[in-house]
Amino acid sequence: MDERTGDQDVSLRERLAAGGFAVTAEISPPRGASTQPIAKTAAHLKGWVDAVNVTDNQGSNVRLASWAGSLALLNAGLEPVMQMTCRDRNRIALQSDLLGASALGIRNILVMTGDHPKFGDHPEAKPVFDLDSVQLLWALRTMRDQHVLLSGRKLDPAPDCFLGAVENPFAPPVEFRADRLGKKVAAGAQFVQTQFVFDVPAFARWMAQVRDLGLTENCAILAGVGAARSVKALDYMQSHVPGVEVPDHVFQRLRSVPPGHQANEGIKLAAEIVQQVAEIAGVAGVHLLVAGNEQAVPEILQHAGTPVNDGR
Amino acid sequence: MTAPSPVPVHPRLGARAAYRLQQVLRPNPAYRWLAARIEGQRPARALFTSAERQIKQTAFGCRMCGQCALPVTGYVCPMGCPKELRNGPCGGVGADGSCEVYPDRRCVWVDAYDRAAAAQRTGDLRLLHRPADHRRWGQSSWLNYWQGRDEDLWTSEPGTRT
Repeated sequence: MDERTGDQDVSLRERLAAGGFAVTAEISPPRGASTQPIAKTAAHLKGWVDAVNVTDNQGSNVRLASWAGSLALLNAGLEPVMQMTCRDRNRIALQSDLLGASALGIRNILVMTGDHPKFGDHPEAKPVFDLDSVQLLWALRTMRDQHVLLSGRKLDPAPDCFLGAVENPFAPPVEFRADRLGKKVAAGAQFVQTQFVFDVPAFARWMAQVRDLGLTENCAILAGVGAARSVKALDYMQSHVPGVEVPDHVFQRLRSVPPGHQANEGIKLAAEIVQQVAEIAGVAGVHLLVAGNEQAVPEILQHAGTPVNDGR
Repeated sequence: MTAPSPVPVHPRLGARAAYRLQQVLRPNPAYRWLAARIEGQRPARALFTSAERQIKQTAFGCRMCGQCALPVTGYVCPMGCPKELRNGPCGGVGADGSCEVYPDRRCVWVDAYDRAAAAQRTGDLRLLHRPADHRRWGQSSWLNYWQGRDEDLWTSEPGTRT
């Protein structure tokens, strides 16, 4: 098998700094007290991606902690991106988690607001949202660069981290979405992973605004690309994942083939989207949203003939 | 005690009237003096706070966080967002502009953007808001504003990195 990344010593931060085309993927930790499933999944991804996101109780469903999942990835020889949401922890716990992650060697931190508890397995839970994603990025950057907590108390040593954010270019108010990313970049975001890109022209319009604001100079944009396994999976995405709109042409594309071939068609479509977004100025890579379907990663990248990385 | 759960509220007061109100409420030495007097007397403070609550609840669905962001959010209260987001919308806004948690209601930030755009104030939405001080719940935001305690709520320029 023709593996994509020969050099595992190059970190995501270095890859992006060198202007290379980065590929990240995503896994959801198990609902159980073992990291073994993560090690298994890691085997599918090793050599193909620069880093792997570990979700933080994705969809407000309890899973193994993202720091523990990230540590398991490190042990399996993969670079983790630890996701951190504002839903379940207040500013005390969030800052403490960054210190813990940094001490364990977890460098990439992806900050997001988080889904509301209403959507998960504990809808009766108290939503925290003490900080929002902009404020959390700001706090973490201050901890790293100014060596102080939000309280002003000194840190010794300060954490080392590469800060990421997310953005949904397609959700209203669409006119404000590039500005919203601008706030995150001003607060400290160094890379961003977007929501699923199905509508490439709409994504290109958002990218034009992002470039106009000068954001690509300080922040690497990774376009979110997913591979739907079936029309049913698309339906689920459309109706259950907040902020995801699947255009009709995508449904039609998958419906045009028999059920047995839909997964393959989904992969082909994902590969085409990877190729299309890679052509857009300022796109620094792709984030493959394939949690639960990690085997798809090598197939998508092989189909796409992923852009050669000159930083390698 | 916890405040009632946040629910998106469309303001009853139009944006233009609200921006005019802002001119009236802008801090000056007289207000500062008045605020100090009111704060010095518990009954006066309670009365004033209750009046503010009545007015702002009716006009904006105010929940009395005590650190009002309305002047820079198109006069739509961000504390009505179920995630209490003070820096803009989350990624879960429906294609029709609906709140992901209350699909029959409009996202406060979609509302805020429209009102700010109509008043040519979208630049306000780029300001970075600092984390809320949760000790202030239930306090009068007007008294805090007039006493100069609100000066640090958000950055002075869009995207300022401090």
